[in-house]
Amino acid sequence: MKKSEKVVGTVANYVDERTGAAKWLKKNLNKVFPDHWSFMLGEIALYSFVILLLTGVFLTFWFDPSQREVLYNGSYEPLSGIKMSAAYASTLDISFDVRGGLLMRQIHHWAALLFMVAIVAHLMRVFFTGAFRKPREFNWILGIGLLTLGIVEGFLGYSLPDDLLSGTGIRIAEAIIQSIPVVGSYLAFFAFGGPFPGEAFIPRIFTVHVLLLPGIFLALITAHLMLVWYQKHTQYPGPGRTEKNVVGYPLMPVYMAKAGGFFFIVFGVTAFIAAVASINPIWLYGPYTPAQISAGSQPDWYMGWLDGLVRMAPPWESYIFGHTISWNILIPGLIVPGILFTAMALYPFIESWLTGDKREHHILDRPRNAPTRTAIGAMSLTFILVTLMTGGNDLLATHFSLTINQITWASRIGVFVLPPLAFVITKRLCLSLQRADRDLILHGRETGRLVRLPHGEFVEVHEPLSAEKAYTLASHEQIPALDLPLEDGAGVRRPKALRAKLRARMSAAVTEQIPKPTSEDLKEIEHH
Amino acid sequence: MSKEVERLSDPGLPDHVHRKADHDPAAADKAERQVSILFMLSVVGTVGFIVAYVFVPSDKFIFVPVMGSTNAQQLFLGLGLAAATLFIGLGAVHWAKTLMPDTEEVAERHELRSEEVDRQDFLATFKARGASSGLPRRSLIKRTLGLALGLVSVSPLILLRDLGPLPKKSLEETSWKSGTRLVTDPGDRPIKASDLEIGAVAQVLPELTPGEERTLNNIAKDAVLLIRIRPEEFQLSPERLSWTHEGIIAFSKICTHMGCAVALYEQQTKHLLCPCHQSTFDVPQAAKVIFGPAARPLPQLEITVDTEGYLIARKPFNQPVGPSFWERS
Ligand code: HEM
Ligand code: FES
Repeated sequence: MKKSEKVVGTVANYVDERTGAAKWLKKNLNKVFPDHWSFMLGEIALYSFVILLLTGVFLTFWFDPSQREVLYNGSYEPLSGIKMSAAYASTLDISFDVRGGLLMRQIHHWAALLFMVAIVAHLMRVFFTGAFRKPREFNWILGIGLLTLGIVEGFLGYSLPDDLLSGTGIRIAEAIIQSIPVVGSYLAFFAFGGPFPGEAFIPRIFTVHVLLLPGIFLALITAHLMLVWYQKHTQYPGPGRTEKNVVGYPLMPVYMAKAGGFFFIVFGVTAFIAAVASINPIWLYGPYTPAQISAGSQPDWYMGWLDGLVRMAPPWESYIFGHTISWNILIPGLIVPGILFTAMALYPFIESWLTGDKREHHILDRPRNAPTRTAIGAMSLTFILVTLMTGGNDLLATHFSLTINQITWASRIGVFVLPPLAFVITKRLCLSLQRADRDLILHGRETGRLVRLPHGEFVEVHEPLSAEKAYTLASHEQIPALDLPLEDGAGVRRPKALRAKLRARMSAAVTEQIPKPTSEDLKEIEHH
Repeated sequence: MSKEVERLSDPGLPDHVHRKADHDPAAADKAERQVSILFMLSVVGTVGFIVAYVFVPSDKFIFVPVMGSTNAQQLFLGLGLAAATLFIGLGAVHWAKTLMPDTEEVAERHELRSEEVDRQDFLATFKARGASSGLPRRSLIKRTLGLALGLVSVSPLILLRDLGPLPKKSLEETSWKSGTRLVTDPGDRPIKASDLEIGAVAQVLPELTPGEERTLNNIAKDAVLLIRIRPEEFQLSPERLSWTHEGIIAFSKICTHMGCAVALYEQQTKHLLCPCHQSTFDVPQAAKVIFGPAARPLPQLEITVDTEGYLIARKPFNQPVGPSFWERS
């Protein structure tokens, strides 16, 4: 035995005698992970979170979370001698007087943007492939929780430096809190320790940003990953892949090397972007004061849709019995996002209620094979896109020489018209893709080669699909619509018949499909 | 006959295709060299990182095409770190792809659901153990425990009470009183009507009384915009017209929508625009909202001049400034 092997053996023995870890590890080193680019989106989210932890801890060593007023005398000349909060001054110090500080700030901010992009892309992958179906509903809900917390965490981080831009964001957050009926003013005063802006808010959100939320993140991410581990990963349909197996590469060494390597790649790419592309140059905005504002102010992209909703809201307020209700804030700021996130969290349960499907699924859907789900996804994305664009309406206006008025009206109409349109178009598109798949299986692939038949007619040669390809296209199952009898055996209308009717209607819409070809269809064609 | 049936049934995993390095030792050695070169590039990156940290002065700026003038130390630190990490990653992935076994493996899934016996067993045990605690039968314990737990979970809320004072009338008040002079911000100089030309805008704050300090909390409610237009251009009720002075009209600068500073004044149209969500206020009509999500005009401050000719507030604001809240009537 070589010496190094002996050392490993001794250590392993020592640990195992005290933990019994060998049995568990033996099993899990063989664990199989399916490989697909879309499975890396969640990984990117995880790695950018790790990057945020590392760079965030670095920032805490110099960042001073205080709204106490100081006179700036650091090395950034243009702000020399200006009064500002200690938070802002220390962010300037990190940017100009701490070696590598600006780099760390920029990596932190770029990683935050990447984190949110990756979460959203990952969520879309899970949604469009139906990976949220039983048994993975818990992970879907955990994911929605992580997305929500990510938005909050990002907003709080963005608010910490107390520059003119982020202070304006805080001002808006305060107005949203203040608008809540009955308790709004109280909540705002509790959150800010008195009237806006006070001196309490930044120290408080600092604790939330660096301690409370990261702790919750860690717990939720751990639960999320443990479930993935335990339930095993889903896989795309294909030859040899069934609901009862997973096909892929073993944890050790291939998956370890790829995943570990990928972490370094994500880090490297983020560091490169942070090295060459400036982000949030807070020294250009100046310190926060409530009486000033920087024109063209924009939140980070993951808040942009909210901003867009607020911008397109009509100016509605009600005044009743000496009280004010600000619909112009409540609807876009709380009600619509609340409905959106609740609907998103409940989606797996709604779908299975409509399909009546309560079985486990480990083979992913190709999006076209779930036309209604795909259409719902496209509809939601269109909604978010319209609101996101409205969030940048001032930029759009200057770029395309339109008036804000035109853009706002276009978005007010667009937000109602475009999403349903996207729904209809996407559903049609999915169904025609299904038809194309059907033709491919039945008639094979067009080769572009023409041959002349004995009686002079030209026909194109079709090449039959390989067995693997045909199986991939046709292995999904098509769930029939729910059959909900409105009358019982004796011909008497059942109670709740109306509800059943509605459910049956929706079920029919959800399960609408082009019948996939069967071996019988193929046989028949070949006999012609 | 059975060929077509097979076509749509599972043909099983496709045969494994071997890579060059799997059977050609020379190709494998070449792959090994490539992987080590990638790892060495990472080493170069780290060395560059250290060099940048120690030797590049932090105030040195260099010109880089596209990026413009750039801080050299920050750039080289970033590039060094990027190379140091990226090449470890590329090396590891290349290693995995060329040299590690790439045969797909198949693992069986276990059913998540427990065996039926175990489920029954669990239920029975749970019920029996639960019953042995007496909880289901002893309703007095159940109720009092519920009460105790419910109450104890309220205590954190009690502790949070001191997070802030109660709002009281605070949201409805500003520092403006009758007779308060308008002073420039910045500068704190009192101003006369003649200091403002027609078409001009000025931001003002209430003059501080001796010993008073200006805090951001004050500014957040006190900031006022003065705008001077030709008096005949006003479209105001006689009462509101009397709140102006020689074409000078004063509004709260805090947006009635969500409290941003309404900072953009367009001379041609006489519109005030809030850059946050583009609420637009028409100055000649007492800042009536003509576009955007704001529901109310900017509160107007009643102004006049004192005996020395300086602009003063004749009265405090007649309504709360800034965004709405429940208690606002
Ligand atoms: C999901 C996790 C996180 C997100 C999305 C996030 C996001 C952000 C953002 C966008 C900023 C503003 C950066 C700027 O441009 O100045 C920020 C600042 C900051 N973050 Fe985080 N962060 C996360 C986690 C953390 C963690 C775990 C820590 C520390 C343990 C941390 C510490 C800080 C500090 C100290 C600042 C203020 C300093 C500065 O802005 O330069 N963050 N964060
Ligand atoms: S805060 Fe002024 S428009 Fe929203």
